[in-house]
Amino acid sequence: MYWNQKFECLPREALKNLQLERLKQTLERAYHNVPHYRNIMQQESIEPKDLESLEDLRKFPFTRKQDLRDNYPYGMFAVSLSEVVRIHSSSGTTGKPTVVGYTRNDLNTWSELMARALMSAGVQKEDVIQNAYGYGLFTGGLGVHYGAEKIGASIIPISGGNTKRQVMIMKDYESTILTCTPSYALFIAEVIKEMGLKPADLKLKAGLFGAEPWSENMRKEIEEKLEILAIDIYGLSEIIGPGVAVECKYKSGLHIMEDHFIVEVINPKTGEVLPTGEKGELVFTSLTKEALPIIRYRTGDISRIINEKCDCGRTSIKIGRIEGRTDDMIIIRGVNVFPSQIEHVLLEIEEVEPNYQIIVDREGQLDNLEVQVEVSEKTFFDEVKRLESLNKKIRNEIESLLGVSVRVKLVEPKTITRSEGKAKRVIDKRKI
Amino acid sequence: MVIKQLSIFLENIPGHLRAATSVLAENNINLRALTLADTADFGVLRLIVDQPEIAVELLKNKNFAVKLSEVIAVEIEDTPGGLDKVLKILEEEYVNVEYMYAFMGSKPKKALVIFRVDKLSEAITSLQKNNIKLIESEEEAIDLIYYCWD
Repeated sequence: MYWNQKFECLPREALKNLQLERLKQTLERAYHNVPHYRNIMQQESIEPKDLESLEDLRKFPFTRKQDLRDNYPYGMFAVSLSEVVRIHSSSGTTGKPTVVGYTRNDLNTWSELMARALMSAGVQKEDVIQNAYGYGLFTGGLGVHYGAEKIGASIIPISGGNTKRQVMIMKDYESTILTCTPSYALFIAEVIKEMGLKPADLKLKAGLFGAEPWSENMRKEIEEKLEILAIDIYGLSEIIGPGVAVECKYKSGLHIMEDHFIVEVINPKTGEVLPTGEKGELVFTSLTKEALPIIRYRTGDISRIINEKCDCGRTSIKIGRIEGRTDDMIIIRGVNVFPSQIEHVLLEIEEVEPNYQIIVDREGQLDNLEVQVEVSEKTFFDEVKRLESLNKKIRNEIESLLGVSVRVKLVEPKTITRSEGKAKRVIDKRKI
Repeated sequence: MVIKQLSIFLENIPGHLRAATSVLAENNINLRALTLADTADFGVLRLIVDQPEIAVELLKNKNFAVKLSEVIAVEIEDTPGGLDKVLKILEEEYVNVEYMYAFMGSKPKKALVIFRVDKLSEAITSLQKNNIKLIESEEEAIDLIYYCWD
């Protein structure tokens, strides 16, 4: 099933011509309307007119998350605010948030891409979509929402949390599609069981899951426990939000929406473009975005390009599952967490030394975040209640900053392993 | 009037208690009284030893989080109501007991109680006013405990 067969199945040659034409326009727009792009291109002595083929894209400089922060809030926008109709942003807990804007055309594009993604998972007008992605600044909730409306399916904008109510609504409103993070899908499955229900009591038939890394094993578990088709969806707000890439029912990689984005895979250390099929960092360039054209954005996500004909008939190349990160970012229950954010909190609390380690584990279906903090002479008190109140204070500060629950454990001094003088900050024990 | 007590932070993991006591054993520091407070994740080991300052340095060198704190040691009657009498005096002065631990004394019919209180000087003054015997020094406390264990 396609939403837009013409573009989803465009012959490769025509697709490449379209990409080249759109890429030229994007480079021009970025160069003339965004001082940052003009500056970095001038530094590299390169101009949009130097692009003659798609391969020339690799001559252009990368864009990093830091560039968006440095140009906070609207410095990367290529249009005036009068043309911007929507703003999303990251939580921005360390330093400046990254702000992304959409013109009316951008929102139409995004809705179109999400309509394609939903239909790729089999969604039809008749379906009832239970959208358990968070609504708000996070692009997940509204991204799915607009795509569903475009198709004309019924959307239940339930957002995340309150799982018993999710299950009640799922049953009573006869939801057929579930959209949320994969770990939340598994949690919902557990609650369904706890409430004495079986998948047969529900009408659920498919789900689109993303916003955090998952695996084939998790897919199998979700598909078995909920008796549905589980589809992987990829996106990030800097590129557009969810809908950058999505699986079809053959589940053999995520189709890139190539008429809107160019994907490259690079060696994260050298920046060189890797041959097709090799594993590296995903880099995206937008082709149609107006408010926030983005040139060679380094996602930090590690995957590979799959260039093979797909039985679904779509002509785009695919990417494999996201296999990891180039930086130390961890994703807990759909929330991006950088160790530096936790360090920031610890430094803010008087007398606490930022000797810490983050342990991520999956207990049952939910990710657990434990922060171990070394006590020091300054923070060790003879009274247990003072230690406990220190523990509570650290926990509250981290939770209010990150928005995810955390367990804080005080540990003995110098027990956090240090290698080459630098502590290993994150231990990820999740088997995903 | 005040006795120095060592407090050591320990994770609630097998072997960690011994790691601390080994340091003291290797250096011939004698433990005379101890109590271990525990929570789910960590414990605080409190000790009365014969050379508190030296013990602190030894433990610090081995990367333990360790503090010296001031406690009072009170000799009470080893009869029903002995502790109650002392607590009543403290209560009247609004002195809060953070924690305490008790030992049989070396003298017949006497027990030794170590108190950690929030208002140290008020506690001392009120106990003395009420003729409660306070142990003068670590040495005296150690002797009292030591003999009872002999």
